[in-house]
Amino acid sequence: MHKTLSIMSNNLALKKGLNVPLKGAAAPEVIKRVTPDVVAVKPTDFKGFLPRLLVKEGDAVLAGSPVMAHKNNPEILLTSPVSGTVAQIVRGEKRKLLAVLVKASGDQKAVDFGTKAPATDAEVRALLLKSGLWGALIQRPYGVMADPAVTPKAIFVSSFSTAPLAPDEDFVLGDALADVQAGADALAKVAPVHVAIRSEKGASTPFHKLENVTLHEVSGPHPAGNVGVQISHISPILKGETVWTVSLLHLAAIGHLVNTGKLDLTRKVAVTGPAATRNAYVQCLPGTPVGEIAHVMPDVRVIGGDALTGEILGKEGYLGFFHNQLTLLHEGYDREWFGWAKPFRPKVHSSSWCYFSWLTPGKKYDMDTNLHGGPRAFVETKCFEDVTPMDIFPIYLIKACLAGDIEKMEQFGIYEVLPEDLALCDYVDPSKNEIQAIIQKGIDLMIKEMA
Amino acid sequence: MAEEIKPGLFEKGGKLYWLHSSIDAFDTFLRVPGTVTFKGAHVRDGIDLKRVMIMVVIALVPAALFGMYNVGLQTSTLYGLDWGWFHMFWYGLLRMLPLFVVSYAVGLAIEFASAQIREEEVNEGYLVTGFLIPLIVPVDVPLWMLALAVAFSVIFVKEVFGGTGMNIWNPALVARAFLFFSYPSSMSGSSVWVSKTWVPALKDVDAISAATPLAIAHDGGVEALSSQYSFMDMFWGFIPGSTGETSVVAILLGAALLVWTGVASWKIMVSSLAGGLLVGWLGQIGGATTLPCYYQLVMGGFLFGSVFMATDPVTAAQTEVGKWIYGFLIGALAVVVRLWNPGYMEGMMLAILFMNTMAPIIDHCVVTAFTNRRIKAKA
Repeated sequence: MHKTLSIMSNNLALKKGLNVPLKGAAAPEVIKRVTPDVVAVKPTDFKGFLPRLLVKEGDAVLAGSPVMAHKNNPEILLTSPVSGTVAQIVRGEKRKLLAVLVKASGDQKAVDFGTKAPATDAEVRALLLKSGLWGALIQRPYGVMADPAVTPKAIFVSSFSTAPLAPDEDFVLGDALADVQAGADALAKVAPVHVAIRSEKGASTPFHKLENVTLHEVSGPHPAGNVGVQISHISPILKGETVWTVSLLHLAAIGHLVNTGKLDLTRKVAVTGPAATRNAYVQCLPGTPVGEIAHVMPDVRVIGGDALTGEILGKEGYLGFFHNQLTLLHEGYDREWFGWAKPFRPKVHSSSWCYFSWLTPGKKYDMDTNLHGGPRAFVETKCFEDVTPMDIFPIYLIKACLAGDIEKMEQFGIYEVLPEDLALCDYVDPSKNEIQAIIQKGIDLMIKEMA
Repeated sequence: MAEEIKPGLFEKGGKLYWLHSSIDAFDTFLRVPGTVTFKGAHVRDGIDLKRVMIMVVIALVPAALFGMYNVGLQTSTLYGLDWGWFHMFWYGLLRMLPLFVVSYAVGLAIEFASAQIREEEVNEGYLVTGFLIPLIVPVDVPLWMLALAVAFSVIFVKEVFGGTGMNIWNPALVARAFLFFSYPSSMSGSSVWVSKTWVPALKDVDAISAATPLAIAHDGGVEALSSQYSFMDMFWGFIPGSTGETSVVAILLGAALLVWTGVASWKIMVSSLAGGLLVGWLGQIGGATTLPCYYQLVMGGFLFGSVFMATDPVTAAQTEVGKWIYGFLIGALAVVVRLWNPGYMEGMMLAILFMNTMAPIIDHCVVTAFTNRRIKAKA
């Protein structure tokens, strides 16, 4: 039996935050089903994973065959999402392993993991480890790949995202409810599962029907959909505690694995952003080349994930394990004359009332990647609190991270945040500080010092 | 042949690299930098410090314009010159212009040089400081004294701490404090608030005393004050005093803009007024003064300080609870100094500088109390 969690609230109405009005949401239709020629398995998608290669060029693999193992824990495997042959091992500086490219055979054969539903905690863990889905479990504090030796106090899932142009999970996974349920049932053997559902949509969200989990209704602007923000209100992480999180996408993949015995990472990827030629969904696998998912024009940045927290993939890059969204933005090299001095700048969004974006609340903006200013010391810091619906003092946490002061970082809540939870601070800061990078540096220091 | 790429004139290694911060400052003044995000959020809000600072300057404009008119008005009234309103304004403008020129020239020169030495971009903070200083010093201050005060405050209060954002005290107020403590004879008394310097007809006329309402009330209480200035005179600002501080109406216009744009904290403004009112009221019922407590808000630099000085986000308390405490204590201390201090009748400057010093401690207490409570609630 699991220890029951002392839950602070089942119904969260968050007020602070900001929905970034970026133009280019994906229309709810699947316009393409990509069967890729080559897919990449990237160890860099997983924080805290040190790869040891298990294959060499020319080896045949199936969907679900191991490709890499964790150096410190050989039980943790990364597996191929397709059947085919290993085409190339891509290495970077100092021979760092960047990717294993698998040439798809086209007939998608998968390893059979058996359809007997795992009955115990140990069986669930074993199934996830050998199928390669272990990597979907993220451990907090620090946001690293889950440690199989740990039993978390709970597993948290956010069934919606509030990030800019994030895919509509109801559209993406609404028809996979059986898989999501099976995934939740499996994980519930490891620890109690908590699922946050959007309450604005009320009963219309299909995830209302999930059983064997604790549901939490959450409403509010971004980052209300961030699992970290939800955890901090549902059951904050104290020193020494561990929780796991898993995305709804991977919960469905786990359920599919349990139901069919096969690894299937196929997903609907939202192609979004003002620089996308067609904003809709594309069905494909992780590791698919970006060029096969979306048409990329020159001077366009391709981001895996959303515009606040995503990773720059580049035109030649591959979709990551966790990505179910591509955001395409124009690079903002343009230099606007007297930008800061103009009374009106209709093309630029600002959440500050020093500009007039508040006059057009429903307007979506064709944002580019311009920084809109130069880096300065912290001056205006209340804006951070206004976009952080958590029980922390963002500026104090940020300064503790900058100073590398472990005790202060603990005191100010480093266990509860990942950079993504403070991503809006990057957005709103008039001094253009890189808050996410600062938080990540603090987390890296914690990992090093606490090891 | 391998082509050698020469660094640009102002780039690192170029001949004029020592000027790069200045060039960059002018360049980005004219055009938004073409810098793109390279980590963190890929899209960013349009707001930057230039916009924030220019909002404060715009908020100061009503007080500055009225102040210029008032400089002429006071001179005209005192010496019986019978000027028209435009003449008054024009005289005030001409009297104030050198102060602005000196304040900006000296301050910006030091800012640019320090930015260059630190190899950073020039911070916009001095746009506001440079505008504030002429508004809070006597109009007749000798320019060399002003230059010295500006240099002192920019170097020793700002740059040695690392520039805007790192300073502990409000640099504009320190410039004023420097003048008051270094050259008390030129800064206080009854004849420094009205300028006759540039009126040829008054060349040989002795300076006439033009005591500020604070000074009158300090010596003679409410009766003496009422015989010279009505409450409405002080509310509109037709009284002697520092250029920017006299008109409540003009300051409130600026306050409205600052609160509307969110650039300054309304919590600090409101709590400062509350603190001033409370102590003023206690002083009144306790017999320390005959002035009604609301007089404290319209006299001297109280309102100007509450709106434009106390709210400086760098030197104020940063936590929201801390802002209430910080503002309240500023207002309360300012009036305490006014009522229970025999020598020095304007307490606002000292109250703000003192609370600037205390702000980190207030924040520390607020944050510690909060974290302790949080840990207890969760455990």
